[in-house]
Amino acid sequence: MLKTLARQIKEFKTVSILTPVFMVLEVIMDTIIPLIMASIIDKGVEVGDINHIYKMGALMILTAAVGLFTGYMGGWCGAKASTGFARNLRKAMFENIQTFSFANLDKFSTAGLVTRMTTDVTNVQNAYQMILRMCFRAPGNLICAMVMAFFISPKLASIYLLAVVFLGLCLVLIMGRTTKYFRQVFKKYDELNASVQENVSAIRVVKAYVREDYEKNRFTKAAENLYKMFINAERILTLNNPLMQLTVYTCILLISWMGAEMIVMDGLTTGQLMSLLTYCMNILMSLMMLSMIFVMMTMSAAAGQRVAEVINEQSDLVNPSNPVYEVKDGSIVFKDVVFSYKKDSAEPVLKDIDLEIRSGETIGIIGGTGSAKSSLVNLISRLYDVTGGSVTVGGVDVRDYDLETLRNEVSVVLQKNVLFSGTILDNLRWGNKEATEEECKHACRLTCADEFIERFPDGYETHIEQGGTNVSGGQKQRLCIARALLKKPKILILDDSTSAVDTATDAKIRKAFAEEIPGTTKLIIAQRVSSVERADRIIVMENGRINGFGTHEELLENNEIYRDVYESQTQGSGDFDENGGDH
Amino acid sequence: MAPVRGPRPKLENPGKLFSRLMRYVMKDYWFACIIVFVCIVVNVYVSIQGTLFMKTLIDGIIEPLKAAANPDFSVLAQAIGRMALIYLLGIVGAFTQSRIMMYVSQGVLRNLRIEVYHHMQSLPIKYFDTHAHGDIMSVYTNDIDTLRQMVSQSIPQIISSCFTIVSVFINMLILSVPLTILTLVMVAVMMYCAKKIMSLSGSNFVVQQKSLGAVNGFIEEMMGGQKVVKVFCHEQENIEKFNELNEQLFISANNANKFANVMGPVNAQLGHLSYVFCAIFGGILAINGVGGFTLGSLASFLNFNKNFSMPINQVSQQFNSIIMALAGAERVFKLLDEQPEVDDGYVTLVNAKEVNGELTETEERTGRWAWKHFHKADGTTTYVEVKGDVTFDGVDFGYTDEKMVLHDIKMYATPGQKIAFVGSTGAGKTTITNLINRFYDIQDGKIRYDGININKIKKADLRRSLGIVLQDTHLFTGTVADNIRYGKLDATDEEVIAAAKLANADGFIRRLPEGYDTMLTGDGGNLSQGQRQLLAIARAAIADPPVLILDEATSSIDTRTERLVQDGMDKLMKGRTTFVIAHRLSTVRNSDCIMVLEQGRIIERGTHDQLIDEKGKYYQLYTGNAMKA
Repeated sequence: MLKTLARQIKEFKTVSILTPVFMVLEVIMDTIIPLIMASIIDKGVEVGDINHIYKMGALMILTAAVGLFTGYMGGWCGAKASTGFARNLRKAMFENIQTFSFANLDKFSTAGLVTRMTTDVTNVQNAYQMILRMCFRAPGNLICAMVMAFFISPKLASIYLLAVVFLGLCLVLIMGRTTKYFRQVFKKYDELNASVQENVSAIRVVKAYVREDYEKNRFTKAAENLYKMFINAERILTLNNPLMQLTVYTCILLISWMGAEMIVMDGLTTGQLMSLLTYCMNILMSLMMLSMIFVMMTMSAAAGQRVAEVINEQSDLVNPSNPVYEVKDGSIVFKDVVFSYKKDSAEPVLKDIDLEIRSGETIGIIGGTGSAKSSLVNLISRLYDVTGGSVTVGGVDVRDYDLETLRNEVSVVLQKNVLFSGTILDNLRWGNKEATEEECKHACRLTCADEFIERFPDGYETHIEQGGTNVSGGQKQRLCIARALLKKPKILILDDSTSAVDTATDAKIRKAFAEEIPGTTKLIIAQRVSSVERADRIIVMENGRINGFGTHEELLENNEIYRDVYESQTQGSGDFDENGGDH
Repeated sequence: MAPVRGPRPKLENPGKLFSRLMRYVMKDYWFACIIVFVCIVVNVYVSIQGTLFMKTLIDGIIEPLKAAANPDFSVLAQAIGRMALIYLLGIVGAFTQSRIMMYVSQGVLRNLRIEVYHHMQSLPIKYFDTHAHGDIMSVYTNDIDTLRQMVSQSIPQIISSCFTIVSVFINMLILSVPLTILTLVMVAVMMYCAKKIMSLSGSNFVVQQKSLGAVNGFIEEMMGGQKVVKVFCHEQENIEKFNELNEQLFISANNANKFANVMGPVNAQLGHLSYVFCAIFGGILAINGVGGFTLGSLASFLNFNKNFSMPINQVSQQFNSIIMALAGAERVFKLLDEQPEVDDGYVTLVNAKEVNGELTETEERTGRWAWKHFHKADGTTTYVEVKGDVTFDGVDFGYTDEKMVLHDIKMYATPGQKIAFVGSTGAGKTTITNLINRFYDIQDGKIRYDGININKIKKADLRRSLGIVLQDTHLFTGTVADNIRYGKLDATDEEVIAAAKLANADGFIRRLPEGYDTMLTGDGGNLSQGQRQLLAIARAAIADPPVLILDEATSSIDTRTERLVQDGMDKLMKGRTTFVIAHRLSTVRNSDCIMVLEQGRIIERGTHDQLIDEKGKYYQLYTGNAMKA
């Protein structure tokens, strides 16, 4: 994980190295200051040498100025290094996600990817800055102060050494225990928030069943429980402060005692004693700082891990080495196709699929939920790779095509489709960047989208909100089909893409397809028999196998499932909804 | 965690918010707060004593000892011993403070969470419909959390800092007035610089926040549509656009962090300068012995000098996080101040039994229910059996007063009848379901339930007598049985199974890995849409209400499951007054009455056959759909 992340530092290596250098320089300046102070008191004040005070004062101002400069530079470099690092991480993640196959995308959920790219990157950025600025500063501070203390009086400095070891051990013990507890607490905390989320989104159910009091009791119990867990975790942490004070105070007392004796007996100076006490604070503060860095690093390690996972994910669909750049026609052949989403799953999603579809045919696909209709068509544009057998388009195995060529020629309208923020025209041009307005309008006419677009005050310039929330489900589907049409594909696949369009419009769209793009192979997945019954041939899917393949009449005669579905639907269980919903 | 740095949000009245928050903390923990306060004072006292000890040590002990021919170290031992006792007091104080503070801050957080949640349960549906769920959630996940830091750290820190500043200031004045003035001047310089840097970094943080918003928005949109991006081979365009936004974020984040980072060193070095100036000036004073200023005084003063600028820095550092926390507190209190659902209903639902042909109230569950209606006018109580007779009389309704969604709705349903609503999306069908159970109150007209105006019925009792199956099924984390039992908390296992059987859910439940004990998580994400609907029907079935409101699901479920769902619904409807928001012809056909809604008005009503004969809108809808039938 560290290696992956470190590789993204790239052009910010120099500033990344400079940051700790400046920080250490600043620390050295900070350490020199008490030394000069001692000199001022001992050689200036005590002797009455005002010139020495001036000289040392000037030196101190100079040191402070250098300290300011190095501190400033450290901050400047640190900011640049960490924000630049974050930029590179986001860039690397985003670019890698663009190469992801559908299988990769399924592995990380949408929400998961968003969190990784936003919150997690921010956490890593903060941690990186902290590490650069503090990780060397704190130990540097500790070492410098320690060296100086030894320089003044090895005997007294050894007290510090003992104190550092004592406090260090205590901190390690405390941190070790608390991080374990906190991990549990945060898990519980997430669960609590998840249950609030559940309550908020199901509030109608809660209210309808008058379960407010029940929910209140449940939540109170969970909150009490969380409180207890937090107390358990924090109880150990509250030892931090008193322990720190205990150590500092003991050091001060010991140093004062022994120092005082030494001043009287062995010629230690007053100024030196004061410097020693200043170093005492420096040493213990940097120890405290180190423990904080440690906590922060353990907290952001998880975030770093998640970021690295995305960067390291290898797309399992790669372009072949000598790709084919032309799709001859829209014929499709499935040969002994077996497919499963996970390589090692026992039961494949699709099995024994053998199909031959001629170029220009209209094929309907029907079957229950989970019968693998979508899985079947997803193989054609190589959104997933087959586990066994082969899928051929235009006489060439789909794995031999250049991916972009293939996907431009095989246009899929996904079941879960989205529009992007931008104007309607912008959205349509996803299909073809160079499409003229006239071409866009034509595509919309084919999908009966023109009727509602033209009723919008801004027509084709109407702005679509993120997620297409300002158009209805039926309108969205028609725009998505138009977008797919603009590719002028050889194969057009509609995966349940007219479910929210009323039956009459649905029929109109199909009619337009038959008349306007007769050369395009069309595969239509639908729940409604009326959507597929006029197709040249219909595939009936059942449990990942082809149960029947033939014309409407043939299937009615000899396919039980088809007949069943047909009868149930024609006996009046069509859709009422959406009919005229757009008017 | 690093402190969250961002633009300082604008607050309406920070003082008022702060005092309200303090009152909230004091309400349950006033005694603990007093103890903490005492501990803080003790700690400040101890650290001041520590600083003064330097003076005693150097002037009072070391100098005389140095001068003495035969130094007697017992004086030193005494002084150290006295100091050790004071320090011990300090350690005890620090320990007590952090322990009590832990209980206080976690306790306040717990109380706040519970109170917010309890209050949220009492809010009307309107609140949830008009507020983004993400915003409501962030009250729990962000706002309450930021308060923790404020309560447990910032406030004690500030109290302690204030005490330190005041007492250090007094001590400095006692030691040397001129040096104190010098220190004050340096502090003023420090604060001026801090303010300058803060405003610089603040405005940069605003820019950063904006570009962060743009990047996050883009990421969110593109991750959601990533599959579409793949299908359209739009990867390269995406990368280009992202790089552009990402670069802007880098520039603004860099600027913002740069200034924020500079704050620390600038303050630290200014602190050093202050120290240097005091040392030189004080040194001169001490050498010349002006006003009895001694070397020991200088040592103490220099320590005070450091102790003076430190708390000032701390306060300014805490300032940002306090503002952030107050912004969070504002949102928490805003939720707590939301008006809860009003319920002036006084007609209640009671178990009933018949004694001598008269309906009376009883404690036992008889399966018969009655409305207990107290008449204020003559002080009598009448019992009306719950039958499920619902009438709408000239009902007007709009989600806001400006825009009416339903106009002049008139209808009546006698017990056991099935009333179907059909019409285009947006015609107001779903709205009707919000009115009978008083999720929303109507603007005009009357809705009567068994002859009683529903405004007079206690909301909880009204809702208990109505079963609802919503279009979007919502399941809760818990077992399958728990979810069904949600309809009747004290239901036995047999009742749960019976309800599941009625809803046709028993079959698939038994095939689940652990049957009725299978855990459901994430809104039943491991079940199919159809299965979730079957569970929702079972949940309504176990409640066994006299009146049902069904909003049929529109999502495409396969024909077989759909038939199961349909069949389950049919069984559930038997013998109950049912209002169906229909999407399927089969549901409508055997209704007792079909209401065709268009733009919030009932434009046609009647049975299926009557409406077909009328050749109106219904005929159009029906034939348009059943073209080939």
